[in-house]
Amino acid sequence: MRDVAVVAFAQTTHTGHDAGLTEPELIGPLINDIRARSGLRTFGFTCSGSCDYLAGAPFSFVSALDAIGAWPPISESHVEMDAAWALYEAWVRLQHGDIDSALVYGFGKSSQGDLREIMTLQLDPYYLAPLGLDQVSFAALQAAALAADRTTLDEIVRRSRAAGRANPHALDLPEPMAGEFEVEPLMPYDIAPITDGAAAVVLAAGDLAGELCERPAWISGIAHRIEPHYLGMRDLARSVSTADAGRVAGSGKGRLDVAELHTQFSHEEPILRAALDLGADTIVNPSGGPLAANPVMATGLIRIGEAAARILDGSAGRTLGHATSGPCLQHNLVTVMEAR
Amino acid sequence: MRSEHVLEFPGGYTRTTGPVIGRFLTELRDARLVGVRTAQGRVLVPPLEYDPATGEPVTGEWVPVGPAGTVESWAWVGTPRPGHPLATPFAWALIRLDGADTALVHAVDAGSAKAMRPGLRVRPRWRAERAGHITDIESFVPEVTGMVAPIRLTYQIQPGEALSRFLAKVRDGILLGGRCDSCHAVYVPFRSACPQCGTPITEEVELPDTGTITTFAINNLPDPRAPEVPFVSAYILLDGADVPMIALVGGVPAHEVRQGMRVRAVWVPEAERTASMANIKWFAPTGEPDVEL
Repeated sequence: MRDVAVVAFAQTTHTGHDAGLTEPELIGPLINDIRARSGLRTFGFTCSGSCDYLAGAPFSFVSALDAIGAWPPISESHVEMDAAWALYEAWVRLQHGDIDSALVYGFGKSSQGDLREIMTLQLDPYYLAPLGLDQVSFAALQAAALAADRTTLDEIVRRSRAAGRANPHALDLPEPMAGEFEVEPLMPYDIAPITDGAAAVVLAAGDLAGELCERPAWISGIAHRIEPHYLGMRDLARSVSTADAGRVAGSGKGRLDVAELHTQFSHEEPILRAALDLGADTIVNPSGGPLAANPVMATGLIRIGEAAARILDGSAGRTLGHATSGPCLQHNLVTVMEAR
Repeated sequence: MRSEHVLEFPGGYTRTTGPVIGRFLTELRDARLVGVRTAQGRVLVPPLEYDPATGEPVTGEWVPVGPAGTVESWAWVGTPRPGHPLATPFAWALIRLDGADTALVHAVDAGSAKAMRPGLRVRPRWRAERAGHITDIESFVPEVTGMVAPIRLTYQIQPGEALSRFLAKVRDGILLGGRCDSCHAVYVPFRSACPQCGTPITEEVELPDTGTITTFAINNLPDPRAPEVPFVSAYILLDGADVPMIALVGGVPAHEVRQGMRVRAVWVPEAERTASMANIKWFAPTGEPDVEL
């Protein structure tokens, strides 16, 4: 395998409302930011992640290219997934050996529509989507299958929101307050907030990484695994695919200082902690995680970026970024990074 | 500036089902539930074309399942959304149909979250008009585990001699007791024999309508005989009596009622009186100092 590292990470100041920017306007300044941070003006490969259903328009990602500058022609690709999978594609592309740099970005404005119902459209169209099973409802089924302890969940939300208030890119959310269930057993605050935002990462291979960056976050392992889609055909209380991906990525081969987990619901944290066998010495979601800012389609990439940033700034030696896709943690990507 | 933008496939998006899902939906239209057997012998419900555990094509063997099933886990929707299958609160549930090795996701119309539990037995409630669609099952409903048996009999009763005598006096605004010739205890309401020594009671004693609360209960369930909720029913030891009489206490917040409190009967206006304890609206505090019991 060719050595590939995260050499730069940038994200927008995420908002809990539509700030009135189009997607190209949202990512334009971000791309300038990551160019400045990485020192690169052009890239061997560009890959993005977004979802047309968030904007309600087909091929909406094409217009986002206006912010990149695609002339003279660039080598570009897109995934209709969280941009963490765009990063995976870029990592694979860098393995070809003919290019040394890649720009990855993801963006989403979930404020524009009804995310709970947009997420129904990702479900199988025969058995699940026609029931009107919305995102919070299927997440609540998973929380019920886990029989998660309420005190534990409250503490996860409290910790995440406090960390988010200390993160200038995340939302300022209050301490969770008692109230009615959203869908029992989930409280409204167990659900990641509606967020608009974007993020970008630059990957560099081999010697270029060291030239661009004093302390690259070398990707020592990256893998993704998927489970059956239908909720009744898997054990919702466990994430076998996360455990498998973590094993292949070598997450357990050394101490992890930080793990950034793509937890869109508080109950997902105990499931992921168990799957990755995270110990008490691993700090989980020091950025606040998705419970403090959830710009859908960038959230997973931000987990990798935040985990990489701890290495870039010298505060951690070995970190993990997790991203998920599909209902109830169906599909999971684990990236392990380390300083050298 | 803001404008509404709608994304819609007019008339709906047409999808082919293939033979496996198509068979399941066809059976649903006929109000039957079937699963498909995998090469490893498991029964998938709803059926898939490939075994999710191995990726192998499923066999052509169809297995009748259900119609009853068991709830494995559930989530309660207190406020249904427009796209939900029911307009009233319901549960989403993973339901293991009898004979299946996997769970079906569907709605359970259980009335209340308290009715839901893992292990709950449920059955489909079919739509009258079915089209070969997962919503041909309107929802699942709990199996019958209980029923209501109405009972109502009507009687004609009389109070008996002693109580008739007491109620006749109540009509006049008097509480009548009786003294036992043998043990001298005073009972109210008036009765024909002493419950302690069995001696016939002949001596009538007119008692005052004041007394002391010996014990009481705060009732939070409505009762047609009580004027409001919560209400207090109390044992009241009338002055000069040796046994307390049960009556309502009013004219005072329920939480202020206490043992030893002095009370007096509040009578309905004379014109409204009948031979009934309804003559006394309730007993209200007199304001006198409490009595040590």
